[in-house]
Amino acid sequence: MTLFIEQCLNGLQFGLLLFLLAAGLTLVFGIMDLVNLAHGSLYMVGAYFAATFAAWTSSFVLGAVLALGATLLVGMVVEVVVMRRLYGRDHLDHVLGTFGLILFFDELVRLIWGPEGLSLPLPSWLNTAITIMPGVDYSAYKLSIIIVSLVVAAFLYVLVMKTRIGMLIRAGATNREMVGALGVNIKLLYTLVFGLGAALAGLAGLMQAPILTVQIGMGENILILAFVITVIGGIGSIRGALIAALFVGFIDTLGRAFFPDLLRMVFSKEVAATAAPALSSMLIYLMMAIVLVVKPEGLFSAGGK
Amino acid sequence: MIEPLLQTESLAKRFGGIVATDDATISIAPGELHAIIGPNGAGKTTLVSQLSDQLAPDAGRSRFAGLDISALPMHKRSRLGLAGSFQITSLFLDLSVLDNVALTVQAHAGHSFCFWRDARSEPKLREPARAAFARAGLAARETLPAPALSHGEHRQLELAMALAGKPRMLLLDQPMAGLGPEESARMVETLRALKKELTILLIEHDMEAVFALADRITVPVYGRVIASGAPADIRANQQVRDAYLGEREAAHG
Amino acid sequence: MSVRLTPRNVVVAVLFAALLLLPFYAQFANDRFLLTLFTRIVILAMAAVSLNLILGFGGMMSFGHAAYLGIGGYAVGILAYEGVGSGFIQWPVALLSSALFALVIGALSLRTRGVYFIMITLAFAQMAYYVISGLARYGGDDGLTIQKRSLFVAPFDLTDKTQFYYVCLALLFASLYLVWRLVNSRFGLVIQGARSNDARMRAIGFPTYRYKLVCFVIAGTLCGLAGALLANHTDFVSPAMMYWTRSGDLIIMVVLGGMGSVTGPVFGAVALLVLEEALSGITEYWQIILGPLLLLVVLFARGGIDGLLAKVRS
Repeated sequence: MTLFIEQCLNGLQFGLLLFLLAAGLTLVFGIMDLVNLAHGSLYMVGAYFAATFAAWTSSFVLGAVLALGATLLVGMVVEVVVMRRLYGRDHLDHVLGTFGLILFFDELVRLIWGPEGLSLPLPSWLNTAITIMPGVDYSAYKLSIIIVSLVVAAFLYVLVMKTRIGMLIRAGATNREMVGALGVNIKLLYTLVFGLGAALAGLAGLMQAPILTVQIGMGENILILAFVITVIGGIGSIRGALIAALFVGFIDTLGRAFFPDLLRMVFSKEVAATAAPALSSMLIYLMMAIVLVVKPEGLFSAGGK
Repeated sequence: MIEPLLQTESLAKRFGGIVATDDATISIAPGELHAIIGPNGAGKTTLVSQLSDQLAPDAGRSRFAGLDISALPMHKRSRLGLAGSFQITSLFLDLSVLDNVALTVQAHAGHSFCFWRDARSEPKLREPARAAFARAGLAARETLPAPALSHGEHRQLELAMALAGKPRMLLLDQPMAGLGPEESARMVETLRALKKELTILLIEHDMEAVFALADRITVPVYGRVIASGAPADIRANQQVRDAYLGEREAAHG
Repeated sequence: MSVRLTPRNVVVAVLFAALLLLPFYAQFANDRFLLTLFTRIVILAMAAVSLNLILGFGGMMSFGHAAYLGIGGYAVGILAYEGVGSGFIQWPVALLSSALFALVIGALSLRTRGVYFIMITLAFAQMAYYVISGLARYGGDDGLTIQKRSLFVAPFDLTDKTQFYYVCLALLFASLYLVWRLVNSRFGLVIQGARSNDARMRAIGFPTYRYKLVCFVIAGTLCGLAGALLANHTDFVSPAMMYWTRSGDLIIMVVLGGMGSVTGPVFGAVALLVLEEALSGITEYWQIILGPLLLLVVLFARGGIDGLLAKVRS
């Protein structure tokens, strides 16, 4: 039972992390109609910056904050230098252009930091377990990930729903030309939105760094999941991204934890051992297939795109 | 009593709070050229879209040659003989002009799961395409890429494509949109010639053309049909004059 | 259909002649590596040609095409591992499994359009990647060595490098011919029309979904064959063959060579792989140059090599 609760929390944590990543992706796509494959590179860059700055300043939190700022900066530079030239073009052009960016960033990171990858150790005050329920201990750090993510999600909600900028964002998602015609500085808006997306990706990257990985190619692996979430949730919808991300996070975590046992109850040990890892990975994609058969525009698609 | 070729019964369509088509019941006899006129927003294009299956009606039925086509998908209506041209020119811009028309012929010339034979040299496809070209009034501009034609020629190409499938009835949504006086006159002559062989449902703003060609006219305002009958009756109809013709005469002084 | 004498076609003819004569040159220059490199180029060109069918001609942006390389390759690898060494069994199985996978993926994915389609094909290919990585019996992540190449009847001996090269080249030429006939046939015109204006195609009477699905299956099957060849070439298969970035490489080849041109992908494959070789000789960080280069091609030379050649007036 404790294992189940722990896995549920893991699922929540993973889902929220995925949400941070997918939110940026879906925002950029919804507002600028831009498919950004290099979103995973910003995630990677966030992790690398965090590991480096934390080592320089000997402070985890300071390192994280600096990394966030640095990733935001990188995002805005990329927007001005590259993305501006891609707006309005065919989606295939976006895919190809940002694919080129992935190659560039992977290699740049390898050039600067070497091929080995880095590590980001947790400070002692986070590296403990907290008793959340009688008999159930959970990692303090993972709890803080959950809390930070929820705070960010709330912030996004307030931003998009309650502020003037948020209104522009929502308007831009459904009618780009109108927003421009209203005299709003579209270029600046786009740069800020892209920067926000980059910062969200960077945050996700640096938060998972101590518990998972800081290495080249980490962006590519998780990008697919972010795309699946965007598709399931509906492009342009942050609410859809949250729900889909939590869904995916739970299914993936619980699936990997309990599916092999489930299989072992029905099949022989050998069959279960071979099939389990493969099938667990497949679960997410099966889900996506089902959603798409039933509702090809995603569950909560925003605007008619 | 001649069986109508196209019939709608209480067709209705709403977009949110806006009623675009309100209880539209129209019948068109074979061989007739039936025009639909009305101010912008009257629901003309919405009505035709429901007939060509670009939009699904919320209520009501449509019948073509006695068959209920209300639920029939687009490609099947075309095969029954109901062809349409689009209000906004919608061509295959990557292909040549003749290819555009030949594709329509191909749609009605058996299946297309032929993987080997060169389709561009099949007389069964190319000849009818050239014939449809001629009927639509286009000079020998065949091998040009589609984007090379003028806007007026694009509208004629639209017509040729609709004709290439040898339809029994044409749904024409503003074929004269954007044409100059000369091109419009040519289009009227083309339609006059076509009238002898086909049934036509014509949506147009060009009043001269409408009154020159139409056998019967229907006038919707805000989706509801306020008058339907012979051109002379429509001209004299007070409601129509107030809603539409009156405005235009006032505008022309 | 006639083949006109244009500068572009002359260049194509020269390229084909060069490919035909390559083994002789390699012998003469005593450069064994050249033959290996160009065998790989020819195989990947075939994969790119198959992708161009759906991408360039069909307008279907599939980002999961490398999956078929993996499926075809693993069909050969798994059968070889289990003791079935005959090419007469391995290759048809490779073709069949690719066709089946394409049918299922295509049936689901073609219900969507645009960027959704890109992401779905990407995701399904990754699913295949994870499934195969999970097969511990066949090496999982580490891959599977193929002890013996596909066995056919004498005089065909795939272990002979030169013979193998010519088999691959023959299959490439056959694929090119097949695609050429396909795109000019009734079927091909429907596919091109659907790319140009799908709504209009349906309006004039074509149920475009089924045509696109058939096209998708043909392309997947052809790529599966390339996968079987690749497995024989490297005597090794691994899930990395089907990682989604490999699909990206294939798309680069198609765009670089020129989409919507039958022979374009061959240029693209040659250009990309030769460029990779050349650049990696200069610096081990050559992707830093390739990335921005790709971006520049997308921004300024969208028609690819074929587009540039078509602009040359004699």
